[in-house]
Amino acid sequence: MNFPILSTIIFIPLLGAFFILLTKGSQKNIEKNSKYVAIFSSLANFFLSLFLWFSFDPLISDFQFIEKKIWIDGFINFQLGIDGISILFILLTTFIAPICIFSGIHSIKFKIKEFLIAVLLMETLMLGVFCSLDLVIFYLFFEGGLIPMFLIIGIWGGPKRVYSAFKFFLFTLLGSVLMLIAIISIYWITGTTDVMELLNLRIPQKFQYLLWLAFFSSFAVKLPMWPVHTWLPDAHVEAPTAGSVILAAILLKMAGYGFMRFSLGLFPVASDYFTPLIFALSIVAVIYTSLVALMQDDMKKLIAYSSVAHMGFVTIGIFSITKQGLEGSIIQMISHGLVSAALFLCVGVVYDRYHSRMISSYGGLVNMMPKYAFVFMIFTLAALGLPGTSGFVGEFLILVGIFQKNVLVAILASLGVILAAAYMLWLYKRVIFGKITNSDLKVMKDLKRNEIYIFSSLVFLIIFFGFYPDPLLKTIDVSITNLINDYNMNLNFHLAEIIK
Amino acid sequence: MQTIIYILPEVFLSISIMFLLMIGVFVKNSFKIVIYLTMGCLIFTIALIINQPNEIIKIFDNSYIIDKFSSFMKVLTLVFCLFILLLSKDYIKTNSIDKIEYPIIILAATLGMILMIGSYDLIVFYLGLELQSLSLYILAAFKRNEEKSTEAGLKYFVLSALASGLLLYGCSLIYGFTGSTNFQIISENLNEANTGAVFGIVFLIVGLAFKVSAVPFHMWTPDVYEGSPTSVTSFFALIPKIAGIAVFIRFLYVPFINIIEQWQTIIVFISIASMVLGAVAAIGQNNIKRLMAYSSIGHMGYALAGISTGTNEGIQSTIIYLTIYLVMNLGAFGCIFMMKRENIYYENINDLSGLSKNHPMFALSFLLILFSLAGIPPLAGFFAKFYIFVSVIKSEMYALAIIGLVTTVISAFYYLRIIKIIYFDKPKKPFEDIYDWGLKSSLILSSILVLIYFIYPSILIDAVSGIQIY
Repeated sequence: MNFPILSTIIFIPLLGAFFILLTKGSQKNIEKNSKYVAIFSSLANFFLSLFLWFSFDPLISDFQFIEKKIWIDGFINFQLGIDGISILFILLTTFIAPICIFSGIHSIKFKIKEFLIAVLLMETLMLGVFCSLDLVIFYLFFEGGLIPMFLIIGIWGGPKRVYSAFKFFLFTLLGSVLMLIAIISIYWITGTTDVMELLNLRIPQKFQYLLWLAFFSSFAVKLPMWPVHTWLPDAHVEAPTAGSVILAAILLKMAGYGFMRFSLGLFPVASDYFTPLIFALSIVAVIYTSLVALMQDDMKKLIAYSSVAHMGFVTIGIFSITKQGLEGSIIQMISHGLVSAALFLCVGVVYDRYHSRMISSYGGLVNMMPKYAFVFMIFTLAALGLPGTSGFVGEFLILVGIFQKNVLVAILASLGVILAAAYMLWLYKRVIFGKITNSDLKVMKDLKRNEIYIFSSLVFLIIFFGFYPDPLLKTIDVSITNLINDYNMNLNFHLAEIIK
Repeated sequence: MQTIIYILPEVFLSISIMFLLMIGVFVKNSFKIVIYLTMGCLIFTIALIINQPNEIIKIFDNSYIIDKFSSFMKVLTLVFCLFILLLSKDYIKTNSIDKIEYPIIILAATLGMILMIGSYDLIVFYLGLELQSLSLYILAAFKRNEEKSTEAGLKYFVLSALASGLLLYGCSLIYGFTGSTNFQIISENLNEANTGAVFGIVFLIVGLAFKVSAVPFHMWTPDVYEGSPTSVTSFFALIPKIAGIAVFIRFLYVPFINIIEQWQTIIVFISIASMVLGAVAAIGQNNIKRLMAYSSIGHMGYALAGISTGTNEGIQSTIIYLTIYLVMNLGAFGCIFMMKRENIYYENINDLSGLSKNHPMFALSFLLILFSLAGIPPLAGFFAKFYIFVSVIKSEMYALAIIGLVTTVISAFYYLRIIKIIYFDKPKKPFEDIYDWGLKSSLILSSILVLIYFIYPSILIDAVSGIQIY
């Protein structure tokens, strides 16, 4: 098939953004037209990516749908391609983007045209990250996302938005420039930045440690790992609901994807060497940030800290280098993408009505908003990993994976599951149950129709994948096996060389 | 007489300067004619240079060179000179500095720079340099009834004269210890044992570093940038940098290439110092012209990092960097020229507050240019830095690369600060709508170039790939 389907998927949102930029007329017309264009292009992209999933062959371990164009002659090729790992992230992105647009249309009050452009640009850049098979192209997409996200937080954010936007931008940029040095060094060492070639080439192990650290610095900030996670709560709290959703659901996953594709794939020796470091940081993240989450008064901050803890699970799963661990990490990332998006939208629902994110200003919401209480409960349970939700599948597989490698880490990580139950249920109790102490809440209206549509699609997916994760597992199975085999082969090769 | 056709562009430029002066003297109210004729001259000179034979030609007893490098730099100088004139036409009129001398002096400065770029001999080089410097002194003080402008002119004159003196002293030392002023012969006679000549080189580098405003010889930059009329500031920020960098490259790679170990450390130091100072000192600035001064210091640091590698790739990356820097700064100054309300040009960055509300397209192009200056992908500024760091890392100068990239992050802060003021702050009184086509088209051109450069980045690589100095 010669049709460049990946480029199409990447650039449809950009095209949409371009059309929105060109809309002219009265303010009302501009808003209406840009809304339609944004919804149309993001939904079209979602269906196109579903089609991509159906035509994707999960039994092939190589990259598929490869596109290659010369970009800078003899240096960089614009190369795209996907395997079982990336396709799920593409689906997640194209699924979350329309949700953001739907929620943004109803909650963003000014400059809606610019907002939609920023979200569509974000979608293009995020899709580019998951599709690119060249390090420089990957970097371009990875880093380019800073611009729209900075604007989304800064323009439509809360009262402390300037501080958060700057913190987000500078933290991420500092991490990423080190990765840029590493990418250039890789080009210098091997003469190529083509990922497919690099996966077969063995980078000499004396370079691997520093290169791994440089990539790590970028991914650790983006993921985020303790102790460089501090930008995340700030960014989440100040960002508008749709911004938080993008941030939690997709942006953080770019780092997890990067760890899998680049850290494990390109630097097996260093990955092996630094695994204890990752485990230590992840355990701290799981336990410490869970405890911090317990003490938050701000709902968004609580969910932000819980994200850090959940991403700690993901890194543990990735670096367990077992099939279950890696599969669990991917499922956990997808599930967290859905659940955290849903939770931020839940906060957005009450914030739009009452303009407070403080837990203490709510209580007894179940009396006014029974439907809301119901969906919020499902998402709470999914976040704490109740069996039957997608959160359970991921956490369970990760714990199975890590148990084979390191029992101590597995035991400590499972503490995080208990803590997650504590802070999520406590949050739920304080917001939904109890007596109505705040009489202002009595006028709160239950979910509107458009909110019900969004939430029911998320509930459906979370429960569906909770009971039947097979479609996900089937898609990634061969790719993961291939990843682990390559990893072990390269590792043994290098170890044999060291012994020699 | 055969050789005269090779310097036809220079000859044409000198004759047209005199001719324009005559028009200015004998025709009344001739500013408009003179400025359009100046632009015409520039375009014609560009055409003459492009038509020159594509080979290395050394004329006048090997004291003047025409090769791909010099042609490229000359065209760059002339093209951007033309754009600066287009950009500042409205400003010149509003600030009543529309004297006929203005375009003519700019043309004279340009001629000086072209001579510098083509020079292959210390004396020719010095003549070009003085022609350029003398013109720049006058330009800096052009708004002579304003205190700040006069101060800027005087400050620039005193310091620049000092730098020229040091440079001349360096030249004489080199001449004394190598026995020639010709670059080729200097190169043959120079070796590390020749301490006197090495001394001379240090003086020469000091003088050149002053001209491109690299740390620690940058002190004049913020004051002169702030004090001069903005139209002159934009000229200062773009055009002398081309000649400065070109001469830097020519000197270090032709006469001094044999003692690369000696000068490499100096250039690396200057480069690092410029990058760090340019990033840190700009943070506290509120005047946008001062801020651009520090930003240009930082950018020169990156350009020098490419030169310090001592490889052909390094030179090419520097030339690419310089080109993109010019495009971005053209846009940035275009935005500064847009900050006009009731015939007064504003310079404080807080005046930009809430620009996105009142002038969405202007704000958008400023945003693109600022992100590009900060080096964020996928804008052109990123590629400029990318090529520099590719060549730096290839030469295994990791410390330079890491410091350079860290300063990128620091300098991102002050560009972001402007973006914050434009996009996040409350709107103030709107600026005037400016209908000057020259200004608008330059601004649109530069922001579009910055935005779409990533689609076909090979264009600049192809353009510079044939450039070889040694």
